[in-house]
Amino acid sequence: MPASLLRELNSLLGSSNVLHKIEDLVLYEYDGSVEKGRPDLVVFPHTTEDVSRIVKLAAKYNVPIVGRGSGTGLSGGALARGGGVMIVFARMNCILELDLENARAVVQPGVVNLDITRAVEHAGLYFAPDPSSQKSCTIGGNVAENAGGPHTLAYGVTVNHVTALELVLPDGEIVRVGSKQGDAPGYDLCGLFVGSEGTLALVTEITVKLTRKAEAVKTLLAIFDAVDDASHTVAEITARGITPAACEMVDGWTLCAIEDYIHAGFPRDSAAILLIEVEGLREAVEAQATAVEDVCRMHHAREVRIARDDRERDLLWKGRKNAFGALGRLAPSNYVLDGVIPRSKLPQALQQISHIGKKYGFSIGNIFHAGDGNLHPIVLYDPRDPRQLENAIAASHEILSYCIELGGALTGEHGVGMEKNELMPLLFSDADFDLMRRVHDAFNPDSSLNPGKIFPLSKGCGEIRVRKQAETLPAHL
Amino acid sequence: MTATVNFATRLEGILGAHRVVAAEAELREYAIDGMVPGAIVRPASAQEAAEIARFASTEKLAIVATGSRSKLHLGMPPTRYDLALDMTGLHDIAHFDPADLTLSVDAGMPLRQLARVLAEKGQFLPLAVPCYETSTVAGALASGIDSTLRQQYGTARDFLIGAEFVDGKGAPCKSGGRVVKNVTGYDLHKLLVGSLGTLAVITRLNFRTFTLPQSSGGHLACFSDLEGASAYRDAIEKSGLPLANLETLSPEMVAFTAAALHETYAEFAARLDPAKWCVYASFEGNEAVVTRIARDLQKLANEAAADSSEILDASADVHLGGVLREAFDWLRWASPGAALFRIALPQSKPGDLADLLCVAQESSLRSALLVRAAAIIYFVLLAETEDDSALHALENAAVRVFSLAGAGQGHATLLHAPGKLKSRVNVWGPKRADFRMMQRVKRSFDPQNIFATGRFVGGI
Repeated sequence: MPASLLRELNSLLGSSNVLHKIEDLVLYEYDGSVEKGRPDLVVFPHTTEDVSRIVKLAAKYNVPIVGRGSGTGLSGGALARGGGVMIVFARMNCILELDLENARAVVQPGVVNLDITRAVEHAGLYFAPDPSSQKSCTIGGNVAENAGGPHTLAYGVTVNHVTALELVLPDGEIVRVGSKQGDAPGYDLCGLFVGSEGTLALVTEITVKLTRKAEAVKTLLAIFDAVDDASHTVAEITARGITPAACEMVDGWTLCAIEDYIHAGFPRDSAAILLIEVEGLREAVEAQATAVEDVCRMHHAREVRIARDDRERDLLWKGRKNAFGALGRLAPSNYVLDGVIPRSKLPQALQQISHIGKKYGFSIGNIFHAGDGNLHPIVLYDPRDPRQLENAIAASHEILSYCIELGGALTGEHGVGMEKNELMPLLFSDADFDLMRRVHDAFNPDSSLNPGKIFPLSKGCGEIRVRKQAETLPAHL
Repeated sequence: MTATVNFATRLEGILGAHRVVAAEAELREYAIDGMVPGAIVRPASAQEAAEIARFASTEKLAIVATGSRSKLHLGMPPTRYDLALDMTGLHDIAHFDPADLTLSVDAGMPLRQLARVLAEKGQFLPLAVPCYETSTVAGALASGIDSTLRQQYGTARDFLIGAEFVDGKGAPCKSGGRVVKNVTGYDLHKLLVGSLGTLAVITRLNFRTFTLPQSSGGHLACFSDLEGASAYRDAIEKSGLPLANLETLSPEMVAFTAAALHETYAEFAARLDPAKWCVYASFEGNEAVVTRIARDLQKLANEAAADSSEILDASADVHLGGVLREAFDWLRWASPGAALFRIALPQSKPGDLADLLCVAQESSLRSALLVRAAAIIYFVLLAETEDDSALHALENAAVRVFSLAGAGQGHATLLHAPGKLKSRVNVWGPKRADFRMMQRVKRSFDPQNIFATGRFVGGI
């Protein structure tokens, strides 16, 4: 990494907005995945113009760039696989405009997901995509990965809630796509950029739709003595055309870990629970809750509880959303997988996951968005034992291959990143890659933005360069 | 002509003579604003569509993919038009998994036929588009035309989960999949929505399907002025009542609607007062929900001092909803020189609407307004002839409409215009700031520029 680049960045942003010492950089070589990749420099822009100037400087020095929010991603999307400059958007965290009449908010990428809801809830509005990490993940990261969450079952993922973007292209040009109202004439560029994992452009401003809070909500906790019964219940709810706002499953093994940590009131002796939420008009909620309860009981639910008030409801959701943290108490590390299957195939998929776990000697927990078939098997392992990590990755590949075999997909909400790029040929043909590569090159021709992501390196996508990790700069620079 | 005969003959060699048509009379049926293709080709499979695209790419022939041709006049006329690629031969349901609420259907499947199959399992696809009786699924999607169910179900981009298509090199490609949640790879299928066939030839589309509602209802409230209707509409928006559709009709639009209704439901048509601003709402759910929404709307209408309001019986609701779904179709033929704008404005204010009506008045043109759900306005200007002075008036009015929409942080397009007006006005309005980004997308998909050449935004 040229020392003159550091000097120029320091002069551009001030030294308090540039990190270059190894002890600082190591904090940015991780995200929530099992991958690693250390940047050579970390910078904190405050404005879109800062981002544009950083990108131009990086281009001048032929150095790759990767954008990052708060680093909660689970596929290595925000890791500097090829070294280079990491642009961390944490200090671009302003809500620029709240247009409550039109139910729109214009925000910078470093705004934390939940903070959007906090800013508008007084008006009966909220931002619908709610990843489990919503207290810390940023909207910029949500846009890059097209993040989901429990309530996306009814309300859709991030792309369904974005109407316009401001972008910085790899040559530093600032462009705007979409429109405040949405549905502008021309190609749906927001639909392309949301979920492109930072490989086409850097997002510097986002216009999001706000959703009106439902009049009524009911949260049901259904307790089962057999995992199969819980999965058949989910399949039946879908088949009957009941669309809950959320339908989450947690298996018994994971429940115990959560209870030890959160004390959410989950039963320790059950095989699985379903956390199902229905919302809408009072009349619709009553009917849906009754229908859901009927299906649960038909599939041998031991008990169906309905949260009596907001406090109970919040506690149940706290248990669900902090589950990954709870599992951290059981093993030095955990590997959260993300695969999708057709919802009717849930029972057989869970059986196969258990079978694969046994084969590799892991206990695999399941806590996931059952209603939309989005699995999150969790493998607990010790990263200090290289064989365990190797086996965890092998088990993951086997589970994901099975998802594809069932007609599913490699990722429902975490993204491909550098975790699954080599698995992409399971789904896509050479012609598919050729077109995706042409779209990639149309915006990021030198692969200077987030190289080594999405596309399989083994498929000879030579343009997607992964640079050798550069030497760390001397500490005095 | 010799060149046409040459490529038609060579295509016959590839596909068989019965799949290639070069007869003058049939070619005219595929004309777009007077432009006639050199030949019509009718593939029977995705592989054949790919072969034709490869041939066209090699020979640099321009292709326009067609379905039922009900919306063929959307957009600008093509700058080149060698082949009409008639996709109606691809009309099967590849997969329908009712238990998963997912569907995979060939491009040329008629929406009406698809609806019948889905209804057998109590499901439907919320693409309630104009020309519904003839539209194909891919035509409806590629046209980007509004569905009257978008308030509740969103646009096609919200429930399209994957697609198979042929790119400009003639390669069969895919994007997305058949599961309801999926972020694997770029979402290229979203780009196909509203792309007017300029990126690829769609061969198959995958959708999330929805359960047919148990019950539905409609409500109509009429006001003596725009302000009253707008205040009532604002109250509805603020109430958070979940509606399937919400439309405000200007008095002139009420008159057109009554005329369209007359044929099928004369008794109800006669009850519509063409001196009023009317607000129509439709809603669905279980019986209790439908009853509740109807009651709440009645209350809101009373509070807004409506001149009249009524909960519609099922027959009136179905007929009125159906006629409004077809508004695009009957408005474009409402006069010899009809210019139909689609305007999107954040939260339309009475002032914005009054400005539009003012444009019509100052141009001495008849007009009608339909404020649709999701802040979409249909505004039609009606010239009685297509002569030069009428075209001049429409042209000047169009410039003002585009400018008003832009000033209000919105945008306008001309959904329909006389062919002669299109040589004076670009129906897509002024180029937007993101136009060059769109050009990059176009070049990626269609490097030889063979698909629907010149028909789209900015001449793409």
